[in-house]
Amino acid sequence: MEVSQKEILRYLGYQGNAADEQVNAMIMECLEELKEVVSFKSIHRTFPLRLLGEDEIDCSVFRTRSHNLSKNLTDCEQVILFAATLGTGVDIKLKKYSKLQMSKAVVMQAAATTMIEEFCDMENRKLKEAYEAENYFLRPRFSPGYGDFPLECQRDITTVLETPKRIGIMLTESLLMIPSKSVTAVIGVSKKPLRCESKGCESCKKTDCAYRRNG
Amino acid sequence: MAMILEEIKKRIVFFDGGTGSLLQAKGLKPGELPETWNISHQETIVALHRDYLEAGADIIKTNTFGANGLKYLAGTEFDLDQVVTAAVKNAREAVETAVYPNEKKQGYIALDIGPTGKLLKPLGDLDFEDAYALFSQVVAIGVREGVDLILIETMSDSYEAKAAVLAAKENSTLPVFVTLIFDEKGKLLTGGNVESSVALLEGLGVDAIGINCGLGPIQMKHILADLLKVVSVPVIVNPNAGLPRSEGGKTVYDIDADEFAQVMKEIVAMGACVVGGCCGTTPEHIKKTTALCQDLPLILPEEKERTVISSYAQSVVIGRDPVLIGERINPTGKSKFKQALKEHNLEYILKEGVLQQDNGAHVLDVNVGLPEIDEPAMMEEVIKELQSIIDLPLQIDTSNLEAMERAMRIYNGKPLINSVNGKIESMEAVFPLVKRYGGVVVALALDEDGIPETEEGRILVAKKIYQKAASYGIEKKDIIIDALCLTVSSDSKGALTTLNTVKRVRDELGGKTILGVSNISFGLPQREIVNASFFTMALLNGLNAAIINPNSEAMMRSYYSFRALADLDPQCSNYIAVYSGNVVSLGETSRYSDKGEKTSLKGDITLAESIKKGLKDRAFQAASELLKEKEPLTIIQEEMIPSLDLVGKGFENGTVFLPQLLMSAEAAKAAFEVIKGKMAETGVMEEKKGKVILATVKGDIHDIGKNIVKVLLENYSYEVLDLGKDVSPETIVEAAQKDRVKLVGLSALMTTTVPSMEETIKKLRIQTPEVKVMVGGAVLTREYAQTIGADRYCRDAMASVNYAEEVFNVK
Repeated sequence: MEVSQKEILRYLGYQGNAADEQVNAMIMECLEELKEVVSFKSIHRTFPLRLLGEDEIDCSVFRTRSHNLSKNLTDCEQVILFAATLGTGVDIKLKKYSKLQMSKAVVMQAAATTMIEEFCDMENRKLKEAYEAENYFLRPRFSPGYGDFPLECQRDITTVLETPKRIGIMLTESLLMIPSKSVTAVIGVSKKPLRCESKGCESCKKTDCAYRRNG
Repeated sequence: MAMILEEIKKRIVFFDGGTGSLLQAKGLKPGELPETWNISHQETIVALHRDYLEAGADIIKTNTFGANGLKYLAGTEFDLDQVVTAAVKNAREAVETAVYPNEKKQGYIALDIGPTGKLLKPLGDLDFEDAYALFSQVVAIGVREGVDLILIETMSDSYEAKAAVLAAKENSTLPVFVTLIFDEKGKLLTGGNVESSVALLEGLGVDAIGINCGLGPIQMKHILADLLKVVSVPVIVNPNAGLPRSEGGKTVYDIDADEFAQVMKEIVAMGACVVGGCCGTTPEHIKKTTALCQDLPLILPEEKERTVISSYAQSVVIGRDPVLIGERINPTGKSKFKQALKEHNLEYILKEGVLQQDNGAHVLDVNVGLPEIDEPAMMEEVIKELQSIIDLPLQIDTSNLEAMERAMRIYNGKPLINSVNGKIESMEAVFPLVKRYGGVVVALALDEDGIPETEEGRILVAKKIYQKAASYGIEKKDIIIDALCLTVSSDSKGALTTLNTVKRVRDELGGKTILGVSNISFGLPQREIVNASFFTMALLNGLNAAIINPNSEAMMRSYYSFRALADLDPQCSNYIAVYSGNVVSLGETSRYSDKGEKTSLKGDITLAESIKKGLKDRAFQAASELLKEKEPLTIIQEEMIPSLDLVGKGFENGTVFLPQLLMSAEAAKAAFEVIKGKMAETGVMEEKKGKVILATVKGDIHDIGKNIVKVLLENYSYEVLDLGKDVSPETIVEAAQKDRVKLVGLSALMTTTVPSMEETIKKLRIQTPEVKVMVGGAVLTREYAQTIGADRYCRDAMASVNYAEEVFNVK
């Protein structure tokens, strides 16, 4: 898997600026170390979807209300529940450098975030191809906490996918995911094609976000 | 002995198969708690158990996999006691009403205990003792209801498995079986492997160990092979019905009952003693498996004579290949270390640990004994901290029994314990702990009569220790004899006595030995010369483990060259890897260094420049050089502050970015270290601008943002009281009151934890109205911060420095 240096710099707040030699070297070092400890795992299951009007969404295994997600799922008849993680090894590394060398912790944090996003993209591309072969089209993945999609749905998604047992994602009392480099999302499945972006950033409503991708 | 334990030593015994997948077929909805069916669908559950017994299963698992106090709250519709009681009752009814295929059979009921669904600290938010309490609750109900054994299954975290095993053993006398869930690479989710897990579980004294879930029987074979190499207790294999795939929203498995049974036959032939199934398996799978396997010969694992310790992630075998135990985490004779302990400076201790690991230590000795500190509390904290970032096994080194027990209890793995000796009092105190928590214990060859002067005397003490240990059920393989290394300058025969003892323990007693090597040279000049030679001599006499300073190049040279010469390093490849192209002089090893920086470590970069560029080592060097000609305060004023300001401004203007800002801060910190040292020498006190409390609020466990702020505030000469993460409002208020702190910085990453930030601010306003509060974190905005009553929203770390300067009237 190719991890984009540019994306890592974006998470570090470079906003298109180039990094100096030392930071670039540190990025490479972090990627090397991450590769040793990362354990990519993902899981998904598909359920029938009903949009009930007034932004109410019935994913069969849970119901929720969200304007942004309703819009994202327009014309969809099924929904894929998806989860992915880099595993606990990454968290141990992050903790180590967070105690011993903050500069490296920050760079590693950005590198790991890029890694989990790219892993999700890769897994989503596979799903996309599989569904398109059967004339279904996927919507961009949408995670609890994006826009007004309630974070509480994190509980439903992880329970239905049995993530603690299957891929090791657990929730804290306050709905944080552990390992920290984990993603849960829903992906709409529709008969109608849509210009499909597998990336999630553009579909977020927080347009003033410091880390937002340009364009 | 419990009947089931006798059975598994006589014949192949069969577990039942999956429960959840069958209940789903009968209408259990995704996300619905299966254990509620013990009450709401009693007949279905009884029938399911009965089907398995009639298919030939000897042991049925109660439908209690996810039953714990987190999911089943007391007093609700489905409270834990009722659910577990009903589950055992259902199993009992099935056992009593089943028509057994073989008349002689009678089913056993295993109390099924699955993981809590939460991750334990330090990775997660569940405390070890809380996990222990959750498991204890379930065990107590199961025991009361009369189960025959306890099965702890699908454990993906060795630490959680330890909590469950302790709960089972301390609340019952029933047999305890444990099965773990490994991925296809043979790893647990939290990083442990087969060998480290077996070390831990056998240390805790479980009756059978195995594998379940996650994989099908085919994928489990190579993990079973690894397991059989190291295990001494009977082995359980409960696979899924192959690998899962999703079909129309349903999970289906890829092998049928016939194929399953065929593979299970091979698995029994490999050496599994107890077999059954997990997800996707049905009574049909079990029926076919029993038919094919019940007459196969039972292969019980051989007793493995391995001396092994483990951490959460890896095991270390103490055998012919010498094991290095880093001795540096020990305050004896180290004023800086003592000070770090007194100041509760754990960062210092962690750095000592990481440095030794990087230099080649296999195990770290941990000694935090100091008269003026609470040793049990400190020991527990240091062990937890070390295990949160370092995956080496640890040696718990203390004479304080309370500290020893607390450390052994919370240690994640099978520890090395230092030490017991031949005195009755010592053995009676330490051996019960070793039996209870598991571990390999260092046994000093001395007793009530002191240290025997002769090797013969030491051998006698060793024999006595082995014998006494055996009466506690502790095997010889879990004891390492410390042959006692005394200073050679006071007894010229001492070294030879020690070496001969080492040799005789190996040759005559078949035991393992350890030495605290550095003692040999006490009182002599150039101690490393003697240490290194003695170390080589001891290795040649069969020493298995050495407590040494791995940061000493002389010692490491002895070690690497011995391995090359003693046929322990094929093709000398390890020796070559370490020393080719790496010409180092004696003294501290230099293998540990920031690699990226070496090239730019030129002598012509000024202190100001090295801070600006974030060159840590150079900043340290440059500061040392400057101190020869300038006063400490002048250096700070003229070189460091302007440089830091420049970087800070650059960050605010968007020309310097976060990694560089932090690298500069770290370079400045390195320079400060030297300067502070000089100031201490000359009696000048370092002036702090004020004290700031930092905390990540209750419920939030992400602390990178807070840690960034801490690094920068310290750079700007603030004293930071870091309360850590997941900190309750009460703790923050108390700290603010106690130290009359003017400024509190709070961080929250998630919308779900902002309310606890708000609550903290409210409490601070009431109890400490004069305190200013700054907040930051991913979800916060200026408006949001105002709504919850903060004084200032800081969008980044420099903003918090600027606000601090404002609060403390620096600018």
